[in-house]
Amino acid sequence: MSTLEASPAERVFEEPGRVVTNDLSIQVATVIGSGSQTANSVLMRAIFQMGIPVSGKNMFPSNIAGLPTWFTIRASHKGYIGRRKEVDFLVAMNPETAREDVTKLDSGAEVVYDEPLKLNELRSDLRFYPVPFDKLVAPVCPDAKLRKLVRNMIYDGVVAWILSVEMEEVQKALVKQFGKRKAKAAELNWNAARAGYDFAERTFAKSAAHRVERMNATAGKIIIDGNSACALGAMFAGVTVVTWYPITPSSSLVESLIGYMKRFRMDPETGKATYAIVQAEDELASIGMALGAGWAGARSMTATAGPGISLMSEFIGLGYYAELPAVIYDVERVGPSTGLPTRTQQGDILMVATLSHGDTKHPMFFPCSPEECFSMSIDAFEFAEKFQTPVFVMTDLDLGMNNWMADPFPYPEKLMDRGKVLTAEDIERLGGFARYRDVDGDGVGYRTLPGTQHRAAAYFTRGSGHNDKAQYTEREDDYINNMDRLAHKFEVMRRHVPEPVEHAREGASIGFVAVGTSDYAVRESCDQLEREYGIAADYLRLRAYPFTERLKDFIRRHDRVYVVDQNRDGQLLALLRLEFDADLIAKLRSLRYYGGLPLDARTVTDEVLRQENQ
Amino acid sequence: MSTTAAPPPKKVNRLGLEVVNYKGSKTTLCASCGHNSISERIVECFYELGVDPMNVAKFSGIGCSSKSPAYFLGLSHGFNGVHGRMPAIATGALLANRNLLGIGVTGDGDTASIGIGQFMHLVRRNMPMIYIIEDNGVYGLTKGQFSATADLGSTLKTGTHNDLPPFDCCALALKWGATFVARSFSGDKKQLQAIIKTAIAHRGLSLIDVVSPCVTFNDHEGSTKSYSYVKDHEEALHELSFVPFFEEISVEIPEGEVRDVEMHDGSHLRIRKLDRDYDPTDRIAALAVLEEASKKHEVLTGVLYLDTTKPTFIDLLNMTDEQVATLPQSKVRPSRAALDEAMEELR
Repeated sequence: MSTLEASPAERVFEEPGRVVTNDLSIQVATVIGSGSQTANSVLMRAIFQMGIPVSGKNMFPSNIAGLPTWFTIRASHKGYIGRRKEVDFLVAMNPETAREDVTKLDSGAEVVYDEPLKLNELRSDLRFYPVPFDKLVAPVCPDAKLRKLVRNMIYDGVVAWILSVEMEEVQKALVKQFGKRKAKAAELNWNAARAGYDFAERTFAKSAAHRVERMNATAGKIIIDGNSACALGAMFAGVTVVTWYPITPSSSLVESLIGYMKRFRMDPETGKATYAIVQAEDELASIGMALGAGWAGARSMTATAGPGISLMSEFIGLGYYAELPAVIYDVERVGPSTGLPTRTQQGDILMVATLSHGDTKHPMFFPCSPEECFSMSIDAFEFAEKFQTPVFVMTDLDLGMNNWMADPFPYPEKLMDRGKVLTAEDIERLGGFARYRDVDGDGVGYRTLPGTQHRAAAYFTRGSGHNDKAQYTEREDDYINNMDRLAHKFEVMRRHVPEPVEHAREGASIGFVAVGTSDYAVRESCDQLEREYGIAADYLRLRAYPFTERLKDFIRRHDRVYVVDQNRDGQLLALLRLEFDADLIAKLRSLRYYGGLPLDARTVTDEVLRQENQ
Repeated sequence: MSTTAAPPPKKVNRLGLEVVNYKGSKTTLCASCGHNSISERIVECFYELGVDPMNVAKFSGIGCSSKSPAYFLGLSHGFNGVHGRMPAIATGALLANRNLLGIGVTGDGDTASIGIGQFMHLVRRNMPMIYIIEDNGVYGLTKGQFSATADLGSTLKTGTHNDLPPFDCCALALKWGATFVARSFSGDKKQLQAIIKTAIAHRGLSLIDVVSPCVTFNDHEGSTKSYSYVKDHEEALHELSFVPFFEEISVEIPEGEVRDVEMHDGSHLRIRKLDRDYDPTDRIAALAVLEEASKKHEVLTGVLYLDTTKPTFIDLLNMTDEQVATLPQSKVRPSRAALDEAMEELR
């Protein structure tokens, strides 16, 4: 039986001639390595500076130069910053893809294109704006070698005229982009943008179906990618040993961290680094170094993606059993290396939850925004030391590598807590210690660091073959006791992980459960379902594994719960199923997307409708 | 006012510690295993030099060799890691606390087979630590398979021939950046002592390849890592002695016969010439003698190379002198103004 209304409730159909303000998506199709990133960032920033909520998403190939790349900018007065599938406005610069890009558009869309491509011949239901880019770029860029890079800036000017983006903001964004040191480059680009604007003003009537208009929804906000936000979080968490091996999409996390640490983490008195950052030979080494550093008392981290996680598997098991703190950032993407390494996915959830050999399970934090990348990084470092275990911060390519609007990060007021570490004085007072004894009932023993100046401080670290004094043993009872304590520790974590965030609606009988970047699509979909179909849906966003009691409670309260996964096999759903009894499992539905692009609301809405109608 | 004779004073080192303070738990390796002799040498050297055991961190991978850190320096923290990846753990720990003296013990399988990559990168970084390979050419814990240091043509107990040439870990270390490279034999007490003491004093990666026979799986006829083979084929480059910084150098140095190398801490490695002139600061010469010895089926022992000038990985990282692991919050959490500055740039 379906709860669905037969016809959509209040679907708004666009009337011809009606101009939509501050609600559009622009797609720019270019060739990678052609300098389009600058033009796209500037356009996005200019709209942001006009106070309009905006997001930018880069869909790029695994390539340095020559292959097609797309950038989508979405402006939304309602604050929707997830991906939107429908393209209202296309800038077609890439001859390779232009015809297909145009073919895919919905009727009524508008297209700025490079004149020689003659795209206007393809369809009669679109509005075309031909622009002679080569002719326009020559006079503003006398150096022929630079023309390829400056050429794209012309479309910023053209789009600015057509959509009423304020040119002063384009100029400001350019200055911001290039900084003071590259004033010449900024000027060159500005002239190109200006040439595009002037050409459009001379050539095209202002009659586009979309426009932007200044509002006041971005005041005080910042623009940042998730990787940089994680980097800032790690730095303010007091990370001291960072190890890594380059892998898309996590490389820029550590590169950003290197930049920040060089500026803010040099000892002002000595000019020396209060940290070590090591580019390791591979992920086998980077995780080993991070765990070694955690063992010796450092706040340590590494950042990687799925293939790197696979390589880290054995060490993570040792980290679990030997109880070593470390923070591992997994910026998820499509795997393997020759998969779609530059496309997004939540593909590692199930693998990471139980990564490695034997009975292992690991806490995961799931930030969904730059704000949470920052705050949960700090939480993760605290958590790793509190529970003496590897902690995973699970983000994805969409969050990590795209630019997001965010509130400025609040300064961490809570003092650092380094967990249960005994000093020489503590040991003297206690008369000794047992490394793996559960003194406090939370499953977490007290540890000492190498270098502690007490004769009773040392212990020998090895995997699971130890008793509570860290002595070698293969006794059945010692092993079972140790494993039970580790299981208990995991249950205690359940009460200390970040709680889920719940969005409730009046009269909802169905619900969503999702993690990370699915958030944007799910929240927008909740609006779509209610507005267009009269379906109220509640939404619980999980922020960590192990799951807290509130998840069970949420499922109990609903008839059906859609578990949203950005992977083929419903990994989050599978993890839920491992924990629940049959009555709760029976309520779970799987909603999956795995095409490699950021999840969009319409995909979620359509899938819910399909399943509700069955 | 007791009238009975006082017990003889206990023998202590310069820190007031007895040799028992440098011992570990009872070995579980086979009787006469070469590894046990190496553990004994480590105990003696650390005791005699008065190294604070609470400032030492022990590391190992997997294998018989890697069990041995439990059998020496019981007052030191130890970490028995995963197979072939002790270098990563040691690197991380020593970056976290640069003031620890790190000693890694590994085997030929752990280093030259599964761990060759991490070994080479540790060497390349000149990571300051002692790295001892207990080299018997065979896997003991899995009951007698060849490792990558087994000589071409040597045989297993089962009679199986080794068809592949060995890695010479000393040659690899020499070529790619270690600053102290030595080879010794577990049965050569005096030489091994001098080498381990030099390694303790050295700042940089000290690679010591110790041929250490496996009495259970590789001590037979046909093995090139057996006690009898090594005794017959050992060729010492020179005679070594070590004079710690806290002892006066009393003996005059005879011109041309003895070469003294001063270490960072003021200790001296005294190298007495045997039947050849050998300059241990000449890397090319070191590689040449190894090649020559290999052709002659000699086990060439002694200090192959020593460079006390090259910066270590920790020097290159420009790290603060204090261990970063335990820096206070004031040093590792930037100020509110720093966060404001970072936010302002992103607006």
